[in-house]
Amino acid sequence: MSASVKTLVNQPYKYGFKTDIEADSLPPGLSEDTVRIISAKKGEPEFMLDFRLRAYRHWLKMTEPVWPAVNYPPIDYQKIVYYSAPKQQQKKQSLEEVDPTLLETFEKLGIPLTEQKRLANVAVDAIFDSVSVATTFREKLAESGVIFCSISEALKEYPDLVQKYIGSVVPPGDNYYAALNSAVFSDGSFVFVPKGVKCPMELSTYFRINNGDSGQFERTLIIAEEGASVSYLEGCTAPMYDTNQLHAAVVELVALDNADIKYSTVQNWYAGDENGKGGIYNFVTKRGLCAGAHSKISWTQVETGSSITWKYPSCVLVGDHSVGEFYSVALTNHCQQADTGTKMVHVGKNTRSTIISKGISAGRSRNSYRGLVKIGPKATGARNYSQCDSMLIGDRAMANTFPYIQVQNEGAKVEHEASTSKIGEDQLFYLAQRGISAEDAVSMMIAGFCKDVFNQLPMEFAVEADRLLSLKLEGSVG
Amino acid sequence: MIVENAATILSIQNLSAEVDGQPILKGFNLEIKAGEIHAIMGRNGSGKSTLSKVLAGHPAYAVTSGKVLFQGQDLLELEAEERARSGLFLAFQYPVEIPGVSNVDFMRAAYNARRKHQGLEELDAFDFEEVIQEKLAVVQMDPSFLTRSVNQGFSGGEKKRNDILQMALLDPVLGILDETDSGLDIDALRVVANGVNQLSHEGNAMLAITHYQRLLDYIVPDYVHVMRDGRLIKTGGKELALELEAKGYDWVDELEPAAVGV
Repeated sequence: MSASVKTLVNQPYKYGFKTDIEADSLPPGLSEDTVRIISAKKGEPEFMLDFRLRAYRHWLKMTEPVWPAVNYPPIDYQKIVYYSAPKQQQKKQSLEEVDPTLLETFEKLGIPLTEQKRLANVAVDAIFDSVSVATTFREKLAESGVIFCSISEALKEYPDLVQKYIGSVVPPGDNYYAALNSAVFSDGSFVFVPKGVKCPMELSTYFRINNGDSGQFERTLIIAEEGASVSYLEGCTAPMYDTNQLHAAVVELVALDNADIKYSTVQNWYAGDENGKGGIYNFVTKRGLCAGAHSKISWTQVETGSSITWKYPSCVLVGDHSVGEFYSVALTNHCQQADTGTKMVHVGKNTRSTIISKGISAGRSRNSYRGLVKIGPKATGARNYSQCDSMLIGDRAMANTFPYIQVQNEGAKVEHEASTSKIGEDQLFYLAQRGISAEDAVSMMIAGFCKDVFNQLPMEFAVEADRLLSLKLEGSVG
Repeated sequence: MIVENAATILSIQNLSAEVDGQPILKGFNLEIKAGEIHAIMGRNGSGKSTLSKVLAGHPAYAVTSGKVLFQGQDLLELEAEERARSGLFLAFQYPVEIPGVSNVDFMRAAYNARRKHQGLEELDAFDFEEVIQEKLAVVQMDPSFLTRSVNQGFSGGEKKRNDILQMALLDPVLGILDETDSGLDIDALRVVANGVNQLSHEGNAMLAITHYQRLLDYIVPDYVHVMRDGRLIKTGGKELALELEAKGYDWVDELEPAAVGV
């Protein structure tokens, strides 16, 4: 099995190129002035600056969490560039005004933005380092009342909506990275789906880190009013650098009565080389609030990149009969470390949650599931079902499961199932003896293992996710 | 059956192999012609199972010297999956479980890999369904096993039947049965042996590796070989198996390795 497998081991990270473009960057370092400059550069309303400064002052008093099962050298927050934007006309009214280098970059990433080539039924917000460079289909969405734009634009055009909801799910002092994000976030996407509207197309944001010294701190806010529904997808890549870049995002979702938000992620940040040099630190806070009765928030994530992932997309189920879902595939290879999972907090009556987590660890990687199911005292009739499966490839990878269950209501029902399996030499030999190559064997086994999660992805992306996983694992066996 | 002027399917010449630096096969010789059923018997540790894994191309076993021709082709040059596609089939002593992969999808992938190699068109799921339904009868298997994950939660006997079902599907040139009788009750043994007998024909050959004689009550060999310390020490007809059963392996310990192999 070795010859063909070896050539595949050296398969380069396809998205590892760097775009040469002049940038307007702040010097590295973080102070109250940095926060003020970012806010001023973006011409933000006063309340936003106050929000940032409160977060910054809070952050100064906090310490980095040490409980995740990951190891990395201390981060020097003064060496990070907190704002970097490609130099171009402030806002592109049409795509013709966008720097062609940027359009080319996204095209190379498989995200065509130009009129002729863009995806037919997917609206895209393209974010390059600290700023949004283009949002497609804005006008078409506006016809049905859906607002889809960068958060910077939203702050100018819909300040009241932003003020009402920002920080309402993830408060500025929620945790170390959320506080940092709240102080220095530069851009991100804003989605507002008004009462009774079913968003007519998939929305998606594509994040690209380009600058080698910059951090990316994006902020996404999605609001679905009564009876509204929306499906949103984000994708991420970054060039290959032998240093680490910090990505500390905050995503907040708000679902009112009978609203439905589906949020999918295909995360493929640069993961570092096979010896663990370089790669993105992906320290992200994502939380959805099912504020209304019968509302539903569903997270689906396919995490394949980043050298370190620290991420727990969560649902706070306040509305009675609200539903939270978390479907996750986390794949780690080489020296990657992932500590990821979810929190389902049941507050309202008859709230339901489902957790399906699939962890795949290859190489010398560490992959941990960490999840909390909390049933509050008033959550009569609450139900949770959790299933956490781990798959090990080779004999040097590690998988952990840390489920936390807190039940304060006697009428609740909580189920937890877990399994660990291994792609072993014996299975590969068995399949080889039936004429099936190692690469095909691994993709068959992985596809089978991840089926329950991939079924949740929008169709265009399910195929992509399947392919991405096979690509990531090529060479990890044999 | 022994056929006049039959073509040679497998020719093993002076084969030596080791695992983890430990020599196991030490100058092994054997010729198998089309139509023949061979049995190799021997104590545990005599190298029987190693032989089957070396022939199938298990990566943990290293050939140190010798030559193996399969239908005139140098077998040792081929990767394990290429050996399978050219018609070498190993029924495993312990068929492995593969969670999440459906039995029918797996068998279709295997079947298409072999067909592609033969220059035939690959079958889609619908056409394949017809082919596999027909083969189920060979091992009297319930169709519900097709939609389950490969061997997952199967009993020992069901796993062996599933292997023979694959053999029926792939119609190999050489079928190697590695201790297929181990862990089988008498009914399962009969079903499995019956399946193998149905699949045996003038154009292919079978090599049954076994510790006990009882399998050979059902699969009647043309030749019985006794293996000790990595090579064959005695060859005879089917009566040799009965003699071994009666006298025990101590009886052959006295024998010097002879220039055996048919």
